[in-house]
Formats: sequence, structure tokens, C-alpha cells
Amino acid sequence: MPLSSRHLLGMQNVPKEDIQLILDTANTFKEILERPIKRVPTLQGKTIVNLFYENSTRTKISFELAEKRLSADAINFSVSTSSVSKGESLKDTVKNIEAMKVDMIVIRHSVAGTPLMLTKLCDSNIINAGDGIHEHPTQALLDLYTIRQKLGKLENLKVCIVGDIAHSRVALSNIYALKTMGAKVSVCGPSTMIPKNIEELGVDVIFNIDEAIQENDVLNVLRIQLERKAREYFPSIREYIKYFGINSERLEKNKKDILILHPGPINRGVELSADVADGPYQVILQQVTNGVAIRMAVLYLLGTLN
Amino acid sequence: MRYLLKNLTIIHPEQKINEKNIDLLIVDGKIVELKKNIEIDDNSIRVIDLSDKIIAPGFIDMHVHLREPGREDEETIETGCRAAAAGGFTAVACMPNTEPTVDSEEIVEFIINKSKNFIVDVYPIAAATLGRKGEILSPMCELKESGAVAFSDDGVAIKTASILRRVMDYSKMLNLPVIEHCEDESLSNGSMNEGLNSTLFGLAPLPSVSEDIIVMRDILMAEYTGAHIHIAHISSGNAVKLVREAKSKNIRVTAEVTPHHFTLTDDLLKSYDTNLKMNPPLRTQKDIEEISLALKDGTIDCIASDHAPHSLEEKELEFDYAPNGIVGLETSVGLSLSELYHKKILTLDDLIMKYSINPRKILNLKVPLFKVDTEAEFTILDLNEVWTVDKDKFFSKSKNTPFDKRLLTGRAIGIFNKGKLFLNGEIIKN
Repeated sequence: MPLSSRHLLGMQNVPKEDIQLILDTANTFKEILERPIKRVPTLQGKTIVNLFYENSTRTKISFELAEKRLSADAINFSVSTSSVSKGESLKDTVKNIEAMKVDMIVIRHSVAGTPLMLTKLCDSNIINAGDGIHEHPTQALLDLYTIRQKLGKLENLKVCIVGDIAHSRVALSNIYALKTMGAKVSVCGPSTMIPKNIEELGVDVIFNIDEAIQENDVLNVLRIQLERKAREYFPSIREYIKYFGINSERLEKNKKDILILHPGPINRGVELSADVADGPYQVILQQVTNGVAIRMAVLYLLGTLN
Repeated sequence: MRYLLKNLTIIHPEQKINEKNIDLLIVDGKIVELKKNIEIDDNSIRVIDLSDKIIAPGFIDMHVHLREPGREDEETIETGCRAAAAGGFTAVACMPNTEPTVDSEEIVEFIINKSKNFIVDVYPIAAATLGRKGEILSPMCELKESGAVAFSDDGVAIKTASILRRVMDYSKMLNLPVIEHCEDESLSNGSMNEGLNSTLFGLAPLPSVSEDIIVMRDILMAEYTGAHIHIAHISSGNAVKLVREAKSKNIRVTAEVTPHHFTLTDDLLKSYDTNLKMNPPLRTQKDIEEISLALKDGTIDCIASDHAPHSLEEKELEFDYAPNGIVGLETSVGLSLSELYHKKILTLDDLIMKYSINPRKILNLKVPLFKVDTEAEFTILDLNEVWTVDKDKFFSKSKNTPFDKRLLTGRAIGIFNKGKLFLNGEIIKN
């Protein structure tokens, strides 16, 4: 059964069957990644452009690796956002890329809605690798995959997303995907970082991190973007750590059994203490490994449609 | 130049005229006769039958951006005037955020001179502060003398309460209104209304409270100084309530609304269409309901389009990078007739008040009358024409509209001003 859309722009409105299919397909690719020879000819002859308008290390490498493992021709096109105003318009860039006959475009951009804009500018399959503070669907998929791998299911699990919800594309994609799969989702963070009306999405809002730990099976802890405007949203890092930081003491006090995810890169000592970041509850590096399998699955499923 | 217009319905709410089957004889721009069944056997008179059409005192759009000087690639005074005529306006008041800013008598005179030959009257609004920077008062006396009809730093609010106070004190002396773009800069660096939708679409939010705070500040300052403040493009339901309350206390405050703020909501931003990006942003159905109520009860005095031409290449950018604003001159009356008149939110009299009489009173301009021996200046309406907006047929140089292909009922089909008749897209020669 094929996917119901030829693009992956976000997790909003992606049906359960599609998520299931991507996760199951990723299982197959995960196996391949364990083999001595980690390459399959599945997308041989397909050309994929990684169009990155925003800095990214792991997502870009993860996509690139996934493309290479599938034998696609991967081209990297990085543009620094600062040159946008003087440089070529997105429209012209995309038209040029398309003129070179590419099959798929993976796009990362700091402005929400840009992946949707690409679908109107060209015929390639578009994969959103993160657009502004909107969505980051492959991150959500790899998070779901990792949770399912560890806990065996998604339905009825309690998952809390912790941190700067308002400025996170990971949060929104996770909320959509987890809810579609029947999980119970809550968010926890300082009230300045919780977007207005988020409850209307059917998520609970928790302001007490101890309560979030006690009540949930999984914590998906987001990066506090210290380098960005986020710093204006709480009084000090010290206060953030004290009231929202996760450390072993806090975990032990509240509950033993919990799964901790983090999309990386971690601010060690801020949202996660060093001992938690390396400790027994976290699955951070497994998320990274699973990320390649998930992206292989998405590329494969979209690349072999029609 | 002699015209005999036959079988008109003439409406003038202030003159309390509402009569059918009237003929109108105009000679050299002046109304010579105005009565039933004028019969003249003279081939040199251009006779036009306008059965079922309505004429009303000339409409004015008191909030347009004509882009000249500076961005003549987007609009010029000439193309803006054509768009105004095509939209049914005999006059426009243009905002000062050109390049350079309208903050000297030379620029005011430049605009007035440039517009002299066109059928539409152009009234410049001058900057309240030099360069609209909110630091030093513009030469307001001189600007008034050269022809400015109001002061505004439109595009931004007047920066601080202290400079606002000086602007208001000074404008009170001149008896001209201060027109305010209400937005607290420190609260707004987003690109759409704040609410569930901004979270869903991942766009940085621009909260309505940013508008409300400046509306409140300005109302208090108007009360304190006794000056006249006019709230431009009101969009927030709460701001509307503040204006209503202020009016009940007889504070000198007036307000305008744009057609897009009573027809469109932020749900549409789902498409990330940059023609839906404007400031103030599209808000919610609840805000529209408040605005409708305020149009009805008179809290909102007039309808102005905030006509903001932008080039295609600027609007084709990523959402956050695209400039704010849409063109509005050629869709304004059609939208109001469809959404306000035909949906019974406003009567035709109310609508004419908000398009012609109220904005002129705000700007201290003479209201055109239907009276023998006065200059003819009117708008011709067809209330029931069903038409489809086609941006490619716009007279405006820019085509940035979210209303393209929208079906409307009712249209301004022409105007008469400065001795010239403009009907269905062209000047009718004698």
C-alpha cells in the first residue's frame, strides 16, 4: 500500500496507516544498517537535492546518509539565510534545480510554509526537513519509531514534550503524530514558552516538571535555544535548570521507569544534566541511528510512488 | 462639455435625498438641472441612460499608498488615480511613507501638482514626525499650508507617548486629525495574528493586544490633549470596544476599517499565500463580528482600503520575507456592497456615509452636494451587477490581492469629477 501523499510536509493530517507504513518500512532498513554492507540499490538513478537554507548538522548528515544508503545521487545545496536578501530568490533557485531534472527535494528553511511553497513551484517530491517553528516531520517519525522500539507500542502511552514548545518545530510534529497513533500528549515548560491556545490541540499543559515525570511514560526533552531569542522568555538559565531541568535526582525521586528522548544537540547541564544525558533512561543516540532508517523509509516510499 | 444623465436614482444621506428617475444635466462640471424628465433637443449634449443605477456623493478612500515618489515600479500617482476611478472613488488621501517621506512642503506640492490633471482628487497625508522616525515634529504648519490634510507615521505608530503628545497638541492648533497605525512595536515581530492558527502554521505571532494598547494610549492622549485621533485600519475586536467606549465619553476619536478585515480571517493563512500577509494581520471570526457590530452602530466611521501595492517579485518570497499589504482600491466597494449591504449589515445610506461623508468630515473636506450650481462630484453604483474580480484587469500597477476570482454582487461602475465622466473603465468624451 503506497503513502497517501507524494510529499511529506508535516505530520498534520498524515493518516495512521501512513505512519504505520513508514515505521514498519524503517524496520526493514534498520536491519540493513546492521549489515556489513549497508547499501541497497532501491533508489538507483534517482536524484535528490538537499536544499538547506538553515544550518543543520545532524539532519543534513542523516538525510545524506539515507540517500547514499539507498544508492540515490545526493546533491547538497546550502544557502546561508543571510544572503537571501541579496541573492537569488527561492523561486529562481528551485526552478534552476528542477531544470537539472531532480526527483526529490529535501528542504530546511527558517520560514514556515516554504516546503508548501516548493510544491507549487516544481514537480519534485518535497520533504520538509524543518520549516521555521512549524514542523519537522522526520524528527517526529524517528521519535515515534524509537518509542515504539523501546516500549513496544504507541497507543495509550503518556508522552510529555518538555521545554520551549512555542519555538519548536519538533513539538508540533510530535503532537500531531503521537495523537494520531493514540498516545496521550502533554507539554511542560515555562508559561512563556507554551503557545497560546495549545490546549485546543488536545494536549494537557503542565508547569511542574516533577508532575510531568511522575505522570508520563516518555519525556521528549527539547533543546533550549540559548543562542536565539528564547533567552528572553525566562529569567535565567539558573532558574530554568532549577525548575525545568532534568537530573537523576529528580528522576529517582519521582519515578524510576521513564524513557527520555532528545532531538539534539543537547545543552548539557541545562535541559538535561550530564548524568541523565549519558544515563540509563535516555535513548538519544539510538534516535540518531533510527533517524537514518526513518529517512530511508520516507525517501524510499516517496521515491517509488508511481 | 455637456452631459445629460437619465433615469438615475440619487441618494445623498446628508441632504436627505433619495429619489428615483431623476435626470441630471451637467455643463462644464457644474450641475445645471436636476429633476425628472429633462428633455433637450441638442445634439451637442452627450445623453447617457443610467436606469437602475445609483449616484451618491463622490466616494473617498482615505487610506491609500500611491508609492510615488520612490517606488514607481509598484504604483504611480497616475496609475493609483486610475485604480481609484475604476474602483468608484473621486478622491483619495495618500499616506506619507514614500521615499522620501512626505515630511516637507516640496513633497506635498509634488504630489498635488502631479495629480492635478487626473480625474481623482489626491489629498496628501503628511508624516507626523520627520522621516516617520518618531523623534522630531515634522513642519506641520507648513505642511498644512501646502495642502496636507492629516498627519500620520503610518506603517508604524508614533513612537513614544511624549512625541505623540507634541504631535497632538500641535495638530489641535491646526485642527487636523492625527491618523494612527496602532501597533506596539515591542509586542510585534511576527507575521500573523496570534492564536491557535499561528501555532498550527508555525508563523511568529502578532498579538491583537499590540493594537489594543496603542489604541488605548491614543484615546487617553486624545482625551488629555483634546486633539482628534483617527484610528487607521482597526482590526481587533477589543480595540473596537475601546473606540466605542471613548466615543461615548465624547473623546475626539474616529476609526476606519478595511474590507479585508471584515471579510477574511486568519484561517486562510494555512495556504501561506503572501497576498494574505498584511499589517494589522487578518484576525478571527470573533473580531469580524465585533467589527460588523461597530460598522452598524457607528463606532467605525468609515471604510478605507489601505491600498498597498507591492511588486510581484516581492510578494513571491517566503512568507516571512514578503512585505505586508494588498491592493484594495478596485475591490473595496464591491466587497462592501456584497458583504455589508447585501448581507444587511449596512443600509445603502450607511454605506454612503462611510465611503463619502464621514471620511470627508474627518479630513475637513467639503462634502459634494446634489444641488444646482455646484460642482458635480459623484460615484455611480450598480447594486446588483454580479462580477468576478480579475487582477489582470486592474488599473493599478500591482496585482497583490487575495480577492482574485472572487464573485461579488454590486459594483461602482463610474465616477464624475472635475468635469469628467468615467464610466465602465473609460473617460466618456462629450
